Amino acid sequence: MHALRAVELRYNYNLTARGDSVVKKEMIAMLLAGGQGSRLGVLTANVAKPATAFGGKYRIIDFPLSNCINSGIDTVGVLTQYQPLRLNSHIGIGIPWDLDRNIGGVTVLPPYEKSNNSEWYTGTANAIYQNLQYMESYNPDYVLILSGDHIYKMDYEVMLDYHKANNADITIAALPVPIEEASRFGVVITDENSRITEFEEKPAHPRSNLASMGIYIFSWKVLREALIKMSDEPGCDFGKHVIPYCHSKGDRIFAFEYNGYWKDVGTLGSYWEANMELVDIIPVFNLYEEFWKIYTKSDILPPQYISGDSVIERSIIAEGTEVYGKIYNSVVGVGVKIGKGAVVRDSILMSGVVIGDGTVVDKAIIADNVTVGSNVRLGCGNYAESKLNPKVYAFDLVTVGEDSSIPDNVSIGRNTAISGITEAADYPDGSLESGDYIIKAGGEK
Amino acid sequence: MRAVGIILAGGNNKKMRELSEKRAVAAMPVAGSYRAIDFSLSNMTNSHIKKVAVFTQYNSISLNEHLSSSKWWDFGRKQGGLYVFTPTLSAVNNNWYRGTADALWQNLNYLKNSHEPYVVIASGDGVYKLDYNKVLEYHIAKQADITVVCKDMPENADVSRFGLVRTNEDGRIVDFDEKPMVATSHTVSCGIYVIRRRQLIELIEKCVEEDRYDFVQDILIRYKNMKRIYAYKLDSYWSNISCVDAYYKTNMEFLDPNVRDYFFNTYPDVYSKVDDNPPAKYNVGARVRNSLVSSGCIINGEVENSVLFKKAYIGNNCIIRNSIILNDVYIGDNTRIENCIVESRDTIRANMTYIGEPDNIKIVIEKNERFVL
Repeated sequence: MHALRAVELRYNYNLTARGDSVVKKEMIAMLLAGGQGSRLGVLTANVAKPATAFGGKYRIIDFPLSNCINSGIDTVGVLTQYQPLRLNSHIGIGIPWDLDRNIGGVTVLPPYEKSNNSEWYTGTANAIYQNLQYMESYNPDYVLILSGDHIYKMDYEVMLDYHKANNADITIAALPVPIEEASRFGVVITDENSRITEFEEKPAHPRSNLASMGIYIFSWKVLREALIKMSDEPGCDFGKHVIPYCHSKGDRIFAFEYNGYWKDVGTLGSYWEANMELVDIIPVFNLYEEFWKIYTKSDILPPQYISGDSVIERSIIAEGTEVYGKIYNSVVGVGVKIGKGAVVRDSILMSGVVIGDGTVVDKAIIADNVTVGSNVRLGCGNYAESKLNPKVYAFDLVTVGEDSSIPDNVSIGRNTAISGITEAADYPDGSLESGDYIIKAGGEK
Repeated sequence: MRAVGIILAGGNNKKMRELSEKRAVAAMPVAGSYRAIDFSLSNMTNSHIKKVAVFTQYNSISLNEHLSSSKWWDFGRKQGGLYVFTPTLSAVNNNWYRGTADALWQNLNYLKNSHEPYVVIASGDGVYKLDYNKVLEYHIAKQADITVVCKDMPENADVSRFGLVRTNEDGRIVDFDEKPMVATSHTVSCGIYVIRRRQLIELIEKCVEEDRYDFVQDILIRYKNMKRIYAYKLDSYWSNISCVDAYYKTNMEFLDPNVRDYFFNTYPDVYSKVDDNPPAKYNVGARVRNSLVSSGCIINGEVENSVLFKKAYIGNNCIIRNSIILNDVYIGDNTRIENCIVESRDTIRANMTYIGEPDNIKIVIEKNERFVL
């Protein structure tokens, strides 16, 4: 049903003004995908967070992009800045999401040089400000601001209806969270009509449990005026500058309560957790629903092969993978090879990972195209605090950055981080202690 | 490449038994994620043939759906493209395709309007990898009029459903028997031909003028002593899936690591339409051994020596052995399936038992209603 409605709406959106050349889109989306996601440690050393793999075959940005097309939004600007190569090649011209359009479609928007003032994107609102021209070319009534690092399914069309019904200037999607966790978020305080009366950023004693999800619908004129007005603000940010500004001048700002699954996968802990939730019998976040498909760029891949002596339980496994070992409670990506006698437990293996024969992997996140040798132990021993960065690596996970390799016969402790091509010599006594790390800059391939 | 491609995918085959009720043989799902025609189509695109026509006639809905976009095989370019030709009424014709030669005749304008000097004709039911450029080089080197791709089958193989050829020492075909009762040779025709475009147009026009409509009977066999018809021996994997036993066997051969390596891990790739299915999911109780599992499957039971196509659902305590479960099949709890092929989109109730024999594969078609929550 959703899909049908989406098609109808798309036609409405595509109306050009009576045959003349003025393009008109009711709502366009601006997707902020420039962030590094430094709290994902070595996972995002060479790749922007939105391009990080998720759920076996997907990348994080697939979720907001699929939401867009499923909500009937066919014009999406993707703002990139940090390490955009993977993101660019993933998005291409938008074919997987049906966003290759004659008018609209997906456009990748990196920062660019201007005649008077050239700068990087210094903040979320600044990035949008620098692309006023792009937005103006579609002559929208509403602009949807999204961020590229959340896992959720949401019908933005319903949110737009809500925005219109309230005659709002800005609508902010808000998630009810347990009150004891509310102090981690920006919370909004609303009156009985859901109109927002106050904002609190990470309050010590929250007065509301509605957390802002970083999803905004702006009426175009309001957004345009605010961005121009605030253009001199250094590091101009929606949450810190634009919304408070609009609030102070009395704009109608409403909270749109969202009650589905939503996960900010900003830390290694929440990233691991969100992946692991996918292997539940009936996952709260269900990828198998026909009416709200998640699309991704996918190579044409053969089925996976499971050998005679392998065991797989409570796991999801993507195409092209060959399993000769045992997998428990794990998320395995595309084209992975698990050697004979290998055991993978409670782990996330991204695409192209090779696990050698007899290797045991416990509680690890292994990024794309990592090669792990034979008879390696990953995640053994006792927990120890990370020597690299105890704030980032605080979740008792072995984290291996993309294109790394690990030699045969080494044992690697818990809560460790590895990046680059490592050799036996990098492991004194053939082991890496818990909490330790090996970061080799720019490992040669 | 200096050739246009034609894929003959119109056929039905009684030997496919109930499986042919739903679709043309060329649209049969193969090896979990593919359909039979993908192999010929991928060979075309990997041989840099830019323009390909698929002739279809019998129950072509599945096939048309599969070919609805040409982008998966990288056709859909400004130069060239993928065409699907079904029989149409016209001023000069009100027939179905009366045979392969008639199909070519009814679409003769496709050939006449092309400028490439050669034509590659392939059947849609072969599972193989072949660079047609090699056949074309051979064709030119032998100064042949027609080159037929052939395969030497083992002495003990049943070849009664193939065209059999005998060649002289130069490779020229001296004898061609179509499905003879007594095997005269063990070299079979793979149904892949290379021929000069003008030569083909000429032969087809003459053939139809005489009310003859079959490419093999009325051109290859009739002209074998007049035209230089050569056999190109294929020495790599080739299998024709157009009977149930061969279809079953071909799918099962993909459990062999050598076959998988050859098709999936060796250049060039085989392409197919991409479905947006999530990864396969293994729940508690899943026991999968020596099997192929495609995207979107959800497994709660036991699967052994089997091929699961896309979106198969296997219930709790099920036992699936030596079987092929086609696309989008739901199998209820406690069901036992051995030596079977389960037709696509079927719903199998709980507590059922279907047992076939290794040399008599059972085809399961239930057509039950599916109750979806």
